[in-house]
Parts: sequence; structure tokens; C-alpha cells
Amino acid sequence: MLRKAAQWLNLLLSNAYLPGFWLGRIYKGKLKSVCVPGLNCYSCPGAVASCPLGSLQASFGGGGFYPGFYVVGLLLAFGALFGRFVCGFLCPFGLMQELLYKMPIPRPCKRTAGQVRHWSRYIKYAVLIIFVIGMPALLAGDSGLASPAFCKYICPAGTLTAGLPLLAANSSLRAAAGALFVWKFAVAVAIVLGCLLILRFFCKYLCPLGAIYALFNRVALYRLRLTPENCVHCGDCIRACPMGVDPSHDPDSGECIRCGDCAKACKYNALHTGFACGEREAKKTAARC
Amino acid sequence: MLRAVLLVTAFFFVFIGWKRGEVASVLVKAIFVCLECIGIG
Repeated sequence: MLRKAAQWLNLLLSNAYLPGFWLGRIYKGKLKSVCVPGLNCYSCPGAVASCPLGSLQASFGGGGFYPGFYVVGLLLAFGALFGRFVCGFLCPFGLMQELLYKMPIPRPCKRTAGQVRHWSRYIKYAVLIIFVIGMPALLAGDSGLASPAFCKYICPAGTLTAGLPLLAANSSLRAAAGALFVWKFAVAVAIVLGCLLILRFFCKYLCPLGAIYALFNRVALYRLRLTPENCVHCGDCIRACPMGVDPSHDPDSGECIRCGDCAKACKYNALHTGFACGEREAKKTAARC
Repeated sequence: MLRAVLLVTAFFFVFIGWKRGEVASVLVKAIFVCLECIGIG
């Protein structure tokens, strides 16, 4: 309940410029100099802040592999504080995927329990290296403008929350749409179909922002804690996990989005989520007991 | 300890970026419609 409220609140706060949707134009205020932690296209008519991935790609504009300190610093701060908590609680596209999976359609398999080590989970790291870092850095032109390859060829959030609303409301943009839009629309449709069949399909296999935050999951301040002496290895947590993680084996997995579903499902009080500063107190209390 | 180092580094990077005028660069990029993002280009 708290998670859903946080997801909806963040979606509304990140896209609070509602007139943009019927005027067919985007917000141009100073708030756009700040990046939100989740995937939220800055060309969405409602967006009041910037997308960290779009800004990261644009920051390669100087040429070479030198991203801007500001965007990297923000990503480092989000990662060190929250890790993939951002994916579970703050990402608007994560919420959209969860809503898509609620649609009552026949599915070949309900959950991907135990699939966390499957090779396909590493595709998102390849997307990060090739499309977010490599292509923008290598293909930055003499003008100093980097081509945001991930936004250009893959990002479904850009197509669904920026491309479709802007093209619907703005006839001049509609007239300019061509082969690239057809490609992006096809990719977005494929990802939506994936999300209908597999819970958080994009997060699991393709999201480069999730890949960045996954690198911080083991050290982030927000943690999933396991009390091994309480765990009876019943498997309830594995069945509850939307990402196919086994929290009783690896609570710090880079795939864990810190949604807390495993802690809720645990009848033996073996799993807890919270900020790591509470860990020391918990250990002291346990030692005293 | 590692968390503290990461956080201090993060805020140091943000500060350096702000001093170098990168905040304005992010703003300039974001206030124009990103044609690539919406599929025009």
C-alpha cells in the first residue's frame, strides 16, 4: 500500500505539468535542471524534471568518455542512498509495467522464480555499455552534440509518454515523424507485449538505469536484511518476489528492487527492509537478547 | 565506511558539476523537445 502510494505520488510529482498534454508542448521551467531518480522522459509533456539517462547521454556531448560530473554525481547519490529501491518505489515506468501485468490475459508461466541467474538478465548491462555510454561517447559530432542512442533506438518511456502524446497534440511534429518513429513504436509495442507476459520485463532484461542502480545494491543505505536463524527455507519469499530473486540466499542481489514483497510473505519474520543505519541498533538488540 | 565515501564523492561531483556550469547544460537539453526521444530524426 505504501509502495503503491509512493509510486503514484512520484508519477504525479514528476509529471505535474498537466496543461502540456493538451497544449502539445513541454515544460520549460528551471526544475528541469534536476534529474528525477527514475526513468521519466524529459520530453513527456507533463515532465517537470529531467531523465537521468537522457541527461547522462547528453553529457557525453564534449566527445570522448567523459560524462558530466553533475549527472554522474546525482546517479551516484541515488545509487548510494537507495540502490534499486528507486525501481521498486520511485520509477514511473516500473509502475506502468506493474499495471500492464495486472491485465487479465493468459500467461504461459506466472513468475520467473529462480531465473535470476539466467544470462538474459545481463542484457541490460550490454544496453548500458553500448547504447548509453559507448554510442553517445563515440558518435558525438564536431558540434559537441551527442546522439542519445538509447533514447533514439530503444527507450519505450520516450515513445509511450513523450512521442505518442506530443504527436497526438502537435500536428507539425506529426508531419515530421518517419521511419525512426515506426522503429521506436515497434520496439515499444514489443516491450509492452513483454510486460504483459512477464512481470517487470523491461526492468529485468533491458533497463540500463536498473543496471546502474543494481551495481549499488550491495552497498546502498536502503537494504533488505535477512535474519538467518529465523529462516526455515520454506520458499515463500522466492514465490513472492516479482524479480525471481531468492532473498534467503542473496538478499543483496542486484536484481532485488527492494519492493518488500518477500518480507511481507515471510511468516517467520526473517526478512526486513529499511535503511542500514538501523542495522547496528538491530544487531545490538540481538546481541543483548 | 564505503557508503560514506560514495555519498561524499557523489555530493562532491554534484558540486564540481555545478561549478562547471553543467546544471545549465542539463537544463538547456531538457527544455527543448528531444526529437530522438520521441522518434523524429
